[in-house]
Amino acid sequence: MGKFDNHGLKAISPLGGHEPREDAFAGLLIREVTDRALASLAARQGRLEAVHSAAESFLGGALPEPVRWRAAGEFAAWWMGPDLWMVSAPHDSHELLAGELKQALGEAGSVVEQTDGWCCFGMEGARCFDVLERLCNANVRAGKAGDATRTSMEHLGVFLLCHEPGQRYSVIGPRSSAGSLHHALVSAAKSVI
Amino acid sequence: MSDVMVNAGSVAFQADGSTGARKGVQVNRLDGGLIKGGKPLSFTFDGKRFKGFEGDTLASALLANGVRLMGRSFKYHRPRGPLTSGSEEPNALVELRSGGRQEPNTRATVAELYDGLEANSQNCWPSLQHDFMAINDRFSNFLTAGFYYKTFMWPAAFWEKLYEPIIRKAAGLGSISFAADPDAYDKGFLHCDLLVIGAGPTGLMAALTAGRAGAQVIIADEDFLLGGRLNAETFGIGDLTGAAWVEQAQAELASMPNVRVMPRTTIIGAFDHGIYGAVERTADHVLAPEAGKPRQILWRIYSKRAMLAAGATERPIAFENNDRPGVMLAGAVRAYANRWAVTPDQTVAVFTNNDDGHRTAADLIAKGVKVTAVIDTRADAPAVEGAELFAGAQVIDTRGRLGLESVRLRLASGITRDVPCGALAVSGGWNPNVHLTCHQRGRPAWREDIAAFVPAGELPQNMAVAGAANGDFSTAAALRAGADGAVAALSELGIEAKAGELPEAEDAPINVTPFWYVKEGKGRAWLDQQNDVTVKDVKLAHQENFRSVEHLKRYTTLGMATDQGKTSNMGGLAIMAELAGKQIPEVGTTMFRPPYTPVSFGVMAGRSVGEEFRPTRKTPSHKWAEEQGAVFVEVGQWLRAQWFPKAGETHWRQSVDREVLQTRNSVGICDVTTLGKIDVQGKDAAEFLNKMYANAFAKLPVGKVRYGLMLREDGIAYDDGTAARFAEDHFVVTTTTANAVLVYRNMEFARQCLFPDMDVQLISTTEAWAQFAVAGPNARKLLQKVVDPEFDISNEAFPFMGCGEITVAGGCRARLFRISFSGELAYEIAVPTRYGDAMIRKLMEAGEEFGAVPYGTEALGVMRIEKGHAAGNELNGTTSALNLGMGRMVSKKKDCIGNTLSEREGMNQEDALKLVGFKPVNAADPVQAGAHLMNANGEVSAATDQGYITSAAYSPVLGCSIGIGFLKRGDSRKGEVIRAVNPLEGKEIQVEVVSAHFVDPEGERLRG
Amino acid sequence: MIINHPILGPRDSQEFTYLGDASLIDRPDWQADNAADQFCDYLYLRDNPAGAHRELWFHEQGDRSWLVVTRNTVTHEILNVELARDVARARGRSK
Repeated sequence: MGKFDNHGLKAISPLGGHEPREDAFAGLLIREVTDRALASLAARQGRLEAVHSAAESFLGGALPEPVRWRAAGEFAAWWMGPDLWMVSAPHDSHELLAGELKQALGEAGSVVEQTDGWCCFGMEGARCFDVLERLCNANVRAGKAGDATRTSMEHLGVFLLCHEPGQRYSVIGPRSSAGSLHHALVSAAKSVI
Repeated sequence: MSDVMVNAGSVAFQADGSTGARKGVQVNRLDGGLIKGGKPLSFTFDGKRFKGFEGDTLASALLANGVRLMGRSFKYHRPRGPLTSGSEEPNALVELRSGGRQEPNTRATVAELYDGLEANSQNCWPSLQHDFMAINDRFSNFLTAGFYYKTFMWPAAFWEKLYEPIIRKAAGLGSISFAADPDAYDKGFLHCDLLVIGAGPTGLMAALTAGRAGAQVIIADEDFLLGGRLNAETFGIGDLTGAAWVEQAQAELASMPNVRVMPRTTIIGAFDHGIYGAVERTADHVLAPEAGKPRQILWRIYSKRAMLAAGATERPIAFENNDRPGVMLAGAVRAYANRWAVTPDQTVAVFTNNDDGHRTAADLIAKGVKVTAVIDTRADAPAVEGAELFAGAQVIDTRGRLGLESVRLRLASGITRDVPCGALAVSGGWNPNVHLTCHQRGRPAWREDIAAFVPAGELPQNMAVAGAANGDFSTAAALRAGADGAVAALSELGIEAKAGELPEAEDAPINVTPFWYVKEGKGRAWLDQQNDVTVKDVKLAHQENFRSVEHLKRYTTLGMATDQGKTSNMGGLAIMAELAGKQIPEVGTTMFRPPYTPVSFGVMAGRSVGEEFRPTRKTPSHKWAEEQGAVFVEVGQWLRAQWFPKAGETHWRQSVDREVLQTRNSVGICDVTTLGKIDVQGKDAAEFLNKMYANAFAKLPVGKVRYGLMLREDGIAYDDGTAARFAEDHFVVTTTTANAVLVYRNMEFARQCLFPDMDVQLISTTEAWAQFAVAGPNARKLLQKVVDPEFDISNEAFPFMGCGEITVAGGCRARLFRISFSGELAYEIAVPTRYGDAMIRKLMEAGEEFGAVPYGTEALGVMRIEKGHAAGNELNGTTSALNLGMGRMVSKKKDCIGNTLSEREGMNQEDALKLVGFKPVNAADPVQAGAHLMNANGEVSAATDQGYITSAAYSPVLGCSIGIGFLKRGDSRKGEVIRAVNPLEGKEIQVEVVSAHFVDPEGERLRG
Repeated sequence: MIINHPILGPRDSQEFTYLGDASLIDRPDWQADNAADQFCDYLYLRDNPAGAHRELWFHEQGDRSWLVVTRNTVTHEILNVELARDVARARGRSK
């Protein structure tokens, strides 16, 4: 799972497998996503503008507005809170994303590796709305592409990123509860579909 | 109304031919109706097999089969039949299904019939026809209002052992099977511009109007058939029958993607700010839910505007023996005839105080049912065609065993007359369904012209009421109110809607003369049939001074239980008003609260049951630990290995003792990922930690770790952990597993609310790193095999309390901390979580030559008690740094949370509790956590209490049980023998006060 | 209840953790002469109004902002919502 396994330790996915898991339903595919590296980026006191410009040149695009996410090339970023973003990049090429980002930001920002703090499930298909409304209180039917909503699913705090309304989402939750989150998604899918 | 009526073909009965064919099976089945033909559905009631049709309720199907007796009353076990045809039903409560799916107290009037439905009567023994407990009815003079309060007062000792079990056995309605419910229940969340509650003419017109304007609309109705009273009446809308108009409206709504139509969905409560609770019964109308599909769904609906179009409920008139099966509400009798093609009997009489009751007579006559009398309390009652009218007359008594056979009238002339009838249709007028308008403390107002309460005062935010729920009873008024209401609600949201031209519909006024109860007669006239409350009970309550409506309710139980008095409250209030010489509005109503109708516990719990009660957090080594056969324990949401049994070990102590000894003698490994980890960065990070911890952090060198104690602002210690400094402006702090969320929350509070200009950034990294403690004299040797050779972890290069970033296993990033909870030479090593599983395997493999053992939370606990380290039992919300023996750690040179108040006199008394250790004088005695400490001699009492033991364990190192705890002046009492007492179990042992550091008190091992 | 978050818009109060009176922002100076008394008042003395009440809510299942919510404790009407950090600064808190 990733070329950085060239040391003596072999990675496992949040669900405990060596390959990401997939669950297919009529009109919905739930897919465990393990190929992204994550790093949080917080602006230091009074350094918001510097963070914006340094991040923009590193990411090749501006940091997103509140409750939004944006992809630019291989990077993507979503808003987590005031002056706080999560940046993601392909794990294979950016396992050391936090270090790279810190290099780019210097004293202007605080960067923390978050890759393995999270698990991510992709949801794809026409039944996304029906399944999501059994899981969280986000107003998904009124959502737009690029929304990044912090919400909770079965008591778990998650980020819900909308790629295409009603068709494609990412659900990003705490890694230690990957099993519970996956169970919630699959149960909701079975319930609806 | 147009003369041409177009029938709704697909819903009308048309299948198995003649009246004769239907009657052949079901004696009281009529022609027409909205039930579906085709193959009859088979069901059982009390084991007897019956047939009904799709579209029936259990009640309509039983009535069709000539069954009027459906239940026994709560207190007197009187035989009862359905009073209504809807969710307000007080009498016809049954148990549906069996085994794990058995559901008590279900109203037969709303139970949708399906093939194979199994229903049973309840609250009767041995059978519905012969109920032994009906003996209560003979003692009714004794079982009056306030009976419980008067009878079971004394002696007090009888209450728990005698009275309560008797009452519990006798009271209550249905029973439960005690088998686990096999079905799933879902929760869900919906958003809309306009929520329409009720799909009668008002609600449908509102939904159509709003839907056509493009608004997001949800329309919900508790019934499985939309249309409300339109299904129960014969009048049409425009050129269509009511039912055909409903079908047309439903088809149009279904074509709009912005409208969600939710039949079988009850809005159960109106909550703050436009939030509504709704229960959708997705599988109650089938034999069993499909695999994976829920039986019911609890929806939380976020609405910008809501329209209550919940209609109205008819109310009865109380008279002597008005509870015999066959006495029903007139609107219900009409609904059974028109919608379900059923009459409760072939001869029916009508008793009314308003014009609406006459419709029942007319509709029954049109269906060929013999109406033996129309009894109208009004002297100026309108004329009736096809039945004998008794104007200004009253029903004063009824006769019949297990069902109505005749009624006795007092005519206007004063003479009495008996009229034969198997059913009596009673109408006392209609009450708007105001319930949801009262869920936010709204109080309805009295409207004299309809003699009923209507919504008034402060309605729930952004709710409007329309149609019959608002006291507008005609169909034309309902359509108009629905359309206008939708336009008004949407205009507040900036959405333009048009009411358009409305179809023609009946617009008859309600002519009602209030008439609540028949005064004649010495017997019982029932007000609340569900709770067996009579007119006499209300009089008694009044006489005994329980006169406020809320007192009346509690004293008599009027309006309690599953129906919440939907048909009975009004009568009770009216009688109380009369007795008190007040007007009805002066008496007021009781407070309506959610839920509107009963809600199952299953749907409230949703999927949060059993193992899924809450999410589970698994450690990175979970899979490996499972392979080792570990026993797991829940620690908060985490599942942690408690111990690792080996072949041949038959008792957990054997495993734990082995894990402790092997760790202390060689090396042990434990997954400590669960500790909270918070990354703290920024120029002011050190200063921030100075505020958070009682002890100082500003001067902690980079590459070092320090123990930290956190206080609450009141000076009580609440959490401890370590802070590792990775750079001048970068720390990683740990919290206890239990307090991780709280510490993070408090840190954010300090950062945002107390020190908003500090340059500090916080984020949790608990999950990102898999962290393992490697402890024991061989810990370094083991780690040297795993840590890449370019990193020197010798004692000199990497001393106690050191930390650093390293690599392991040939290049995997890792963090190493030299900290010890066990008191041994120990490290904690962290790798990115995805490598945690491989790391534990690697560590165990490297440790094989040392006999390395994995250890669980039990051994961890034993070792920390042996070492005298405080944990949750010691940080118990009452103890200060001083109590913990860390008083000197609290820096006086700086401000920190809790610093100032920890200096209070009361927290610094000379005889303060101090943390010490305890060893039993007799080595075989077990030390018990929770035991209280008493001096060697003297009384055992709260007054002489010297402290208590917080944690205890068997120490395999010392070969005896040991404990730590808090003792007054404990630090100066070492060597003293005192008593540890457990009065609950009558136990008392002698213990010697010792240092809490049982093992290696000088701390040489961990520095070695 | 719905809390109109200044950054995120309307959010369900289920996502929040309630703390209490917004006066908890006004933590006394530890070096004041009567610091102990001030801290006692700060920690233990609260107004409990039936009506408008300024209180602290933490968006724990959201963006982790602390908010000062002015809420009518009788009707639950929410009159104003501010970021607590802005309130703290306006009340003179700094480092």
